[in-house]
Amino acid sequence: MLLTSSLADASRLQFALTAMYHWLFVPLTLGLGILIAIFETKYYRSGDESWKKLTRFWSRIFAINFACGVATGIILEFEFGTNWSNYSWFVGDIFGAPLAIEGIFAFFLESTFFAVMYFGWDKVSKGFHLLSTWLTAIGANLSAYWILTANGWMQNPVGVEFNPLTARNEMVDFWSIVFSPTTLSKFSHSVMSGFLVAAIVVIAISCWYLKKQRNREFSLRSIKYATVFGLIAIFALMATGHTSAVTVARTQPMKLAAMEGLYRGENGTPFVGFAVLNPKKTFDNDEKPYLFNISVPKALSFMVDFDFNTFVPGISDIIEGGYTYKDANGVEKKALSFQEKVDRGNMARRALSLYAQYKDDQDTVKRNEILSQAKVYLDDNFEYFGYGFLKSPEESIPNVPVTFYSFRIMVMLGGYFILFLIVCWWLTKKKILEKKKWFIFFAILSVPLVYICAEAGWVVAEVGRQPWTIQDLLPIGASVSGVSSSNVWTTFIIFAVLFTTLLIAELKIAFNQIKKGPDGIKWN
Amino acid sequence: MTTYHFLQLYWWAIVSILGAALVFLMFVQGGQTLLWGVAKTEDEKKLLLGVLGHKWELTFTTLVTFGGAAFASFPLFYSTSFGGAYWLWIIILLSFVIQSFSYEFRSKEKNLLGKKTYELFLLLNGIVGTILIGVAVATFISGGNYAMDKMNLTVPSSNIVSYWTNNYRGLELIFKPFNLLLGVVVFLAARTLGLLYVYNQTSRMEGDAASDIASRCQSKLKITGVGFVLFFVAFVVCMFLQTGYRVDVSSALFNGVDGPLNAEPYAYLHNMLSYPWIAAIFLIGVVLVLSGLFRSIIKGKSAFYVTGLGVFLAVAALLLCIGWGDLAYFHSLNDIQSSLTLYNSSSSLYTLKTMAWVSLAVPFVILYIGYVWKKMTAK
Ligand code: HEM
Repeated sequence: MLLTSSLADASRLQFALTAMYHWLFVPLTLGLGILIAIFETKYYRSGDESWKKLTRFWSRIFAINFACGVATGIILEFEFGTNWSNYSWFVGDIFGAPLAIEGIFAFFLESTFFAVMYFGWDKVSKGFHLLSTWLTAIGANLSAYWILTANGWMQNPVGVEFNPLTARNEMVDFWSIVFSPTTLSKFSHSVMSGFLVAAIVVIAISCWYLKKQRNREFSLRSIKYATVFGLIAIFALMATGHTSAVTVARTQPMKLAAMEGLYRGENGTPFVGFAVLNPKKTFDNDEKPYLFNISVPKALSFMVDFDFNTFVPGISDIIEGGYTYKDANGVEKKALSFQEKVDRGNMARRALSLYAQYKDDQDTVKRNEILSQAKVYLDDNFEYFGYGFLKSPEESIPNVPVTFYSFRIMVMLGGYFILFLIVCWWLTKKKILEKKKWFIFFAILSVPLVYICAEAGWVVAEVGRQPWTIQDLLPIGASVSGVSSSNVWTTFIIFAVLFTTLLIAELKIAFNQIKKGPDGIKWN
Repeated sequence: MTTYHFLQLYWWAIVSILGAALVFLMFVQGGQTLLWGVAKTEDEKKLLLGVLGHKWELTFTTLVTFGGAAFASFPLFYSTSFGGAYWLWIIILLSFVIQSFSYEFRSKEKNLLGKKTYELFLLLNGIVGTILIGVAVATFISGGNYAMDKMNLTVPSSNIVSYWTNNYRGLELIFKPFNLLLGVVVFLAARTLGLLYVYNQTSRMEGDAASDIASRCQSKLKITGVGFVLFFVAFVVCMFLQTGYRVDVSSALFNGVDGPLNAEPYAYLHNMLSYPWIAAIFLIGVVLVLSGLFRSIIKGKSAFYVTGLGVFLAVAALLLCIGWGDLAYFHSLNDIQSSLTLYNSSSSLYTLKTMAWVSLAVPFVILYIGYVWKKMTAK
């Protein structure tokens, strides 16, 4: 069955595979880098060798993980060309720039100073080593900024104009892309999730030492710092999660509706705390949306607009149109129905066809006349260009259960981590953490949970925006390369085997290094 | 010349410089091919991988940045070549992916696949990666089987802008003699530089392992270095004999955007001769390579930096000569008129301008890389 499915599905699955593996490794790099830099700053200031031990041990874990992030990252970058070549032309004028900037500004910083951080203990001065560690950590986070600029732009394509002569979008405002609200909330939320992952990993490994009654000083110290770090991260995650939701409500109402399993909105829409979705529900039947639900009245309206009575459209509303909403500039507008959007998308495409036909016409007068008229049509309708590729309303709806449950998983685990970290902080303060065997159990359990939480976040963001690669402008089906799906399936299998092997090897090596502990490692 | 075209030339130059830097930095890959042949015992392997170990990421990052810069400045190349010659690029990618974790994992216990496997990965990267990058670059001159029409986006059923017209998807490119010739040249260049670098490092170290490696490097260099020069000369001669395709800017409709392309025998030779300063850079590069090899093979001195600079200059000059002068830099074997040129494949004026500002950071990047290199590398 898999082999007969479409090229678009195969390409998506391959990208999802690479991205999810990549995001297994990256968050730890983002957070642990900063933590290590803090430890080393302590060492630099105090000269106390035990801080150095801390720095070096966590650097070792950092390095093993880092290598895997690099391996999966390069594939992602080149996949835009190999598997999404139409996309790469349609928006390459915008999308390429952050990738190049990431290379020039961030990757070189990261990789150059990583070499010093890891191999340079005996080769450079203490001060220069410290600087290198900070630069590595900053480089990693900077690179996250640029790639999230690219990702944020796909979800909220600002700062561009469509050029019909080249049949692509062209950048007209760099800064509005770099500082778009989507990018800012994505960056802060993702980076903070990386900090949380690092905090949890450090706490868990240290707790395991405590359980084994070894490396006591080392572990308590690591826990103390990681807990504060984690607490900062989790509160920041709540705040930035909130701003993310506000941005989504403005720019991707369909995603928000899917996150909430919301089919019909009202003035004062409730927020669903937990629910079981009704599998029979579709946008055009009268089934109840939930089999069971616990909701907070009017909360969703308040969360996305600070107004208990704001209308939040549901999936059926968005398909049918007709409600009023505020656009990005705060202007009230009437929402179009799916069919109206498709019509306008088709109009834009027909206008572009006229361009294709007449742009090289020898008759200058005729050419100019036709092109200028086509331009008017194109400009008027371009914001719905992507709808011209869609056939049925279903195609414009993301997978609701996946988006809905992933969102619940992320938020509920977020709640769990607040509790966990507060307890951890309190136990540390009271100096009784070692004695609480149950806590150590939860600490270790938290490691898989935090990774699930972070992956769930990306599932919300990426499944929730289907079918678009560029919101409203280009759907998945029109983004792919002209390869056959069997080719993509082959590379999918190769990547799946390779990454899984890589992950197993990484875990085995990391577990072994952890078992040896800070005292058992030979520094070479 | 319009500002737009100036920036297209500028960005082709940046991409050329990154490409040349990449070929130079592939001394790391070349060094990896010395596993087993030069570094035989565990001590020797450890030493070899130790001197390469904190350099490989620089090469890797350059490759990634090269990809990013190509995407940002010539997105149509990115989508046409990567999306079309699918398997060629996927194999190149895989050969670099297996490198990225091997340095770190090889020396660790319980690494699942065993030391040997990671060494094999590094060796494969050194051989396959270098040869195929050479093949990919050769297609700038020999072209590819693709068709491209930007307006395909308006066709509902088949809206792919550029697609490969055969089912080998780039695999066929590997078996074209001209492409393979450049593949071998790049491989030999990397190995020569690898030998020189490893010699440079190990000859300053103490201990049996170091001196064994150094003396083996010295003796291998004779064949590899001479082979490199011979194959390089053969490639340059073939390149200058090739036909190129030049845009007839004068009869273009829109400012040279879509001018017709005309076949021109010896186009690359003409191009080189019409830019005397590029020819000069090329010649300086060749002379540096020759003198470096002379110093090292005949006089037994260490000449990594001289030879490396020579390779860098020669490659940069050749790449410049491929894209400048209105030549198509990746022509379509199916339909010459849909070939990629700097005009029709570049980003918009605004993006190129923005990126030109960004490129001002490059010297600064080079400066700190140089500084760290000095600190971390044995003198
Ligand atoms: C506690 C309350 C939280 C809220 C309200 C929240 C909200 C959100 C929202 C609305 C998105 C989608 C953004 C978009 O599609 O553009 C998102 C994405 C994401 N979330 Fe959360 N989140 C929370 C907690 C967490 C936690 C604890 C983690 C991680 C450990 C996490 C990790 C992520 C990640 C990695 C993404 C994808 C990147 C992004 O789109 O920003 N979130 N979150």
